[in-house]
Amino acid sequence: MNGSNEMTLSFSARSENEAFARIAVAAFVSQLDPTLEELNDLKTAVSEAVTNAIIHGYESDPSCKVSIEARIEGDSVSITVSDNGRGIEDLELARQPLYTSKPELERSGMGFTIMENFMDRFEVSSMVGGGTRVAMLKRIESKKALYN
Amino acid sequence: MSLQAELEHYRNVLIVRLRGELDHHTADVVRFKMEEAILRGSSDHVILSLKELQFMDSSGLGVILGRYKQVKSKGGKMVVCDVNPNVHRLFELSGLFKILTIHENERSAISSLEVVS
Repeated sequence: MNGSNEMTLSFSARSENEAFARIAVAAFVSQLDPTLEELNDLKTAVSEAVTNAIIHGYESDPSCKVSIEARIEGDSVSITVSDNGRGIEDLELARQPLYTSKPELERSGMGFTIMENFMDRFEVSSMVGGGTRVAMLKRIESKKALYN
Repeated sequence: MSLQAELEHYRNVLIVRLRGELDHHTADVVRFKMEEAILRGSSDHVILSLKELQFMDSSGLGVILGRYKQVKSKGGKMVVCDVNPNVHRLFELSGLFKILTIHENERSAISSLEVVS
């Protein structure tokens, strides 16, 4: 593919849109011909980021909007999930495996750990009262593997 | 996209078969259905059968961990079977493997529990 290919999504912070978001991103990335495992990694990471935005960023207020930008460049896809919600006070603590600010909701505290492990690059920035932005990148290596 | 939870009582074991996608949106249904069956039913142990679970994220880990604690506090055991590679990775990453026993299929899960009880 020459040049880059981009898409933007914006949707209500409703939990039923979590499946929509990960499936939409997977459909966009499918032009890179990823393996099922790569696709699952992407879907899981997107699901985690979107769920965080809905539960933590917006406290499940459906009048708020979550945005996703995805961009394919060469054999890589970069995905940004952002909200304009409450923001995260202590990023380092939030990124600790098994830490959750909402144990009463049976959150496992594994969201950030999964995003970090399933993607090749992962970055999160947040401002209290200003929202959170998760930027991730994954290389789709399936084509390369085919020639090895 | 949704999730179906099929519950079956077999002797003193509650078998829960999950089909579809387990995320934050569908986790509540699983939580409430299982919570009630564990509380009201006469089962000692739980088998979580995941053969037809197509997708799971950390919300699924949360609800599984929650039911594990519930079963354990009643003195029972919870085991998992037919785990696909994706779910397997999540279990590994979260350390759930350390507390949950994984079986290949429902039959071996049942026989392992019969030895226990």
